[in-house]
Amino acid sequence: MTVKEQYLVRNAPFYQAQGKEVELFEAAYAARLPVMVKGPTGCGKSRFVEYMAWKLGKPLVTVACNEDMTASDLVGRYLLEANGTRWLDGPLTTAARIGAICYLDEIVEARQDTTVVIHPLTDHRRTLPIDKKGELIEAHRDFQLVISYNPGYQSLMKDLKQSTKQRFTAFDFDYPEATLETQIVARETGIDPETAAKLVTIGQTGRNLKGHGLDEGISTRLLVYAATLIKGGVEPRDACRIAMVRPITDDADIRATLDHAIDLTFG
Amino acid sequence: MITGIRTVADARKQAMHDPRIQACWLEVDCGFQPVADVFEECVSEALNAFSSTQMHDYLEAARFLGKLGRGPEPMLAFLEEWPSVVASIGGCEILPQVMAFVKVLQRSPNSKAIAPMLQTLAAVSRRLQSPGQLQFYLDIAQDLMTRTSGSIHGHHTTFPSPGLMDFFAQAPFLTRLLSMAGLKNWVDYGIRNYANHPERQVDYFKLQSADSRAVLQRERHGTLFADVERKLDLYLRALWRDSDLLVPYSTAFDELRQPVPYYDKLGLRVPDVFDDSNGVSGLDRYRAVLAHMIGHRRWSKPLIADNWSPFQRMAVEFFEDCRIDTLLIRAYPGLQRIFLALHPRPVETDCDPQTTSCLRHRLAMLSRALIDPEHGYTNPDLLEFVRRYRDLLAESEANTAAIAELALAYVARTRRQSDQFAKVHFKDTVIGYRDDNRQMWQFIEEGDEEEAFDEKRRLEPADSAPGLPPRHYPEWDYNSQTYRPDWVSVYESLHPSGAAADIDSLLAKHSALAKRLKRLFDLLKPQDKVRLRHQEDGSELDLDIAIRSLIDLRCGITPDPRINMSHRTDGRDIAVMLLLDLSESLNQKVAGSSQTILQLSQEAVSLLSWAVDRLGDPLAVAGFRSNTRHDVRYQHIKGYSEPWGDAVKARLAALDAGYSTRIGAAVRHAAHYLENQKADKKLMLVLTDGEPADVDAHDPRTLIEDARQAVKELDAKGIYSHCISLDPHADDYVTQIFGKRFTVIDNVQRLPERLPQLFLALTK
Ligand SMILES: Nc1ncnc2c1ncn2[C@@H]1O[C@H](COP(=O)(O)OP(=O)(O)OP(=O)(O)O)[C@@H](O)[C@H]1O
Ligand SMILES: [Mg+2]
Repeated sequence: MTVKEQYLVRNAPFYQAQGKEVELFEAAYAARLPVMVKGPTGCGKSRFVEYMAWKLGKPLVTVACNEDMTASDLVGRYLLEANGTRWLDGPLTTAARIGAICYLDEIVEARQDTTVVIHPLTDHRRTLPIDKKGELIEAHRDFQLVISYNPGYQSLMKDLKQSTKQRFTAFDFDYPEATLETQIVARETGIDPETAAKLVTIGQTGRNLKGHGLDEGISTRLLVYAATLIKGGVEPRDACRIAMVRPITDDADIRATLDHAIDLTFG
Repeated sequence: MITGIRTVADARKQAMHDPRIQACWLEVDCGFQPVADVFEECVSEALNAFSSTQMHDYLEAARFLGKLGRGPEPMLAFLEEWPSVVASIGGCEILPQVMAFVKVLQRSPNSKAIAPMLQTLAAVSRRLQSPGQLQFYLDIAQDLMTRTSGSIHGHHTTFPSPGLMDFFAQAPFLTRLLSMAGLKNWVDYGIRNYANHPERQVDYFKLQSADSRAVLQRERHGTLFADVERKLDLYLRALWRDSDLLVPYSTAFDELRQPVPYYDKLGLRVPDVFDDSNGVSGLDRYRAVLAHMIGHRRWSKPLIADNWSPFQRMAVEFFEDCRIDTLLIRAYPGLQRIFLALHPRPVETDCDPQTTSCLRHRLAMLSRALIDPEHGYTNPDLLEFVRRYRDLLAESEANTAAIAELALAYVARTRRQSDQFAKVHFKDTVIGYRDDNRQMWQFIEEGDEEEAFDEKRRLEPADSAPGLPPRHYPEWDYNSQTYRPDWVSVYESLHPSGAAADIDSLLAKHSALAKRLKRLFDLLKPQDKVRLRHQEDGSELDLDIAIRSLIDLRCGITPDPRINMSHRTDGRDIAVMLLLDLSESLNQKVAGSSQTILQLSQEAVSLLSWAVDRLGDPLAVAGFRSNTRHDVRYQHIKGYSEPWGDAVKARLAALDAGYSTRIGAAVRHAAHYLENQKADKKLMLVLTDGEPADVDAHDPRTLIEDARQAVKELDAKGIYSHCISLDPHADDYVTQIFGKRFTVIDNVQRLPERLPQLFLALTK
């Protein structure tokens, strides 16, 4: 298996389009424009990118960014071995070489100096300088950079620099509206549509409290968790409590309110 | 007898700092030195909150209390407590009743109780929250007074009530535990049993006798509104995307006709206590009542009442109530269990049409049947209408007019001669979770009364001539999607100063909070040098790790190449601009507190400035207000280069509010200062309590759209903006302006604590 094959998305991921994002992404890809997908946690950003990679038939290299990540973690490093040193490409370099879609998930988590290494890849140059090796890589013609970004964190420390932001086309995601979200939960887990609709109702009660005691609403991901538990035989109310309410808040009054919503919804 | 009175003549001549307060002092014509000592403080608070008529009534009442001949206490208590009473119950209209009660006490042998009554009035009001509730409380107290003032020998009432003073002293505690009905029962018990035993009566009202506590426990039942208010608020928001003021009323006095929930433009009215009922908790009963009212607000349209008979109207109400319940159950199926548990189940044979008017009974059965598939009734008319109702609602929400037609058909079909009888069957026909439907009817004859507007207190225009020449800013016109160039004039000035010591005492008041904040902020403080280990490239070799790698290498294992370390000065490079809305609305009292929004903002800003100063981030603070586009004021409170010292504190101490809120221009002007800061990150915090407005902006969208444009400009300049809104109903327009970058602080009283926390969260 070649490196490239290893990164191909083999099975069609399920992705329910919310609008024109699939066609627009294809257009952006055709022009090899870098893409930023924005939206709250668990609303389907990663799933979308995975789906697009599959649809375009391109390999997908995903990097989950974190606070300790340095430029070397993206670009690559020399490894010391018993008989000398060996260069190991980082995921970004690999993607640029093999012509993959490189998805940097939660880019704001990475340190600021890390984000700067992607700059030359995102403009007309489409190059990646590897200082340590003294090499300048020309990105493969299929290469595309995609980053995800959750604007809901509400911290200016976790905000992207203007100079970074302005290198991307941006796709705004949000939790899908009720009928779509119901379909997603049902398809994703195989649960019956009525139960899925109930989970969506409860999810929305939580989203209504955003800014009034909750920082983030109840995500689609959590609805999927709850549905999975129910499918596995857990009593629906218990499943909702542990998958949708307990994770998001410790505020007793809010819990009581959401628990009540669960009771009313399941009748 | 009363201590603390110095020479009368002196106090009257006391000079006050502020001429307005001096005028008030003359108005109350008071010779008590202790009153003079606190007068300025009380009155300046009141001046901020009251309109001029309210102010006049306040001073007039104070003056009256000063002349009772009962020393300074009554007047002192009143001056201090009244503003917070008004804030708690949301208005002054109860003042005449309070004063009438004072006069009753004064004329009775109980005049000594005036001061204790006034001293606890604010604490009691905080719990009761509405004028109606406070009236009940006064009635209970007056009843106690009348029935326990001594007329042992049957003539003149000459002995004071033994228990009254203690009752007032205990009132804050009692109202915390009891509903008004409970309080009344508790008081009644004391009167009935100890009217003729002065000492035991005292023990009872002091809560010292065993039976006093036992009765208290007995009366202490149900879920008190005040204890679940926040849960109900969250319930409205989360499940119904609605929010409104919740106003409690008492069930204590109307034994015959129990008051029923209702809503009007002032809010949703609910009882002050709910017992559990038929397996439904008090809290769920509140929720059921609210759901039903919300349903009406959503789905009912008022009908013209004039051409309909009372019977017809009653039937329409029953049918429409059921439609609302059905739609509510559709949204949340679990409501069915709750509604059915609370809905009476009239027995079909209970009402005798030979002797009694049975319409209510028929309608209550029908109502049951419309929401309960297992009703079990057999009357063919009932069954037919249940079917027609189901058909009507099968595919749609239907509407009020269609349901009214069905109701009229039902009345026509089932009409009986006996419906006219005076004897009406009431048993099992009252559905407790439904409101009184007053919003369903419009009466044409009455005509809409003119709204009596409370005259608004306005600051005198143009307090000082603007100093610097104005700067001009454009404003966004959303209609044409263009800027109107040089549209707004911004005048910049230094905020006037007051006494810096006031801010120090504010900080002292919050010393516990300040300590907690200090700990949090210290964690964020840049440590000068941070050691970064596990680096591939670095300034020094990290020996421990290097040796480990070498050993690995010798053993033929792939070693870790990250054997260096380096240092980084942990720079927090953030410049902050705090922009304060200083418009008129900040003078409003915060519900449940004696402070105005302005005072709370002042405390919050002081704490934040103090804390940010410790942290070392450059901070500027400025306030803004506007009076048309020709006069936007931008007042410096703290500049970037100024230290957190007496000059800044003095300006903060003099913070005042007036005029309107033209946010866009202020944001642009502030941005121009923040932009020039040499920091990596730039943060603009906007603290406001309402939507943008100005006297010359008639289309409310103009200023919202302009503000949104101004925020976009910030974004382009690399300035991160965040809005802190104190308006619980702000979500709509704040989202339009700031997108997701805003926080609504529902409980304004916690602002001093929340503002610094928010700052921390934003910059962590
Ligand atoms: N449009 C959609 N189609 C199919 N599944 C979806 C969709 N949206 C959400 N999901 C479901 O929600 C889950 C979470 O989505 P995903 O992991 O893509 O979220 P995310 O936006 O990347 O979140 P985060 O920001 O936390 O990484 C998916 O695993 C999938 O089950
Ligand atoms: Mg993701």
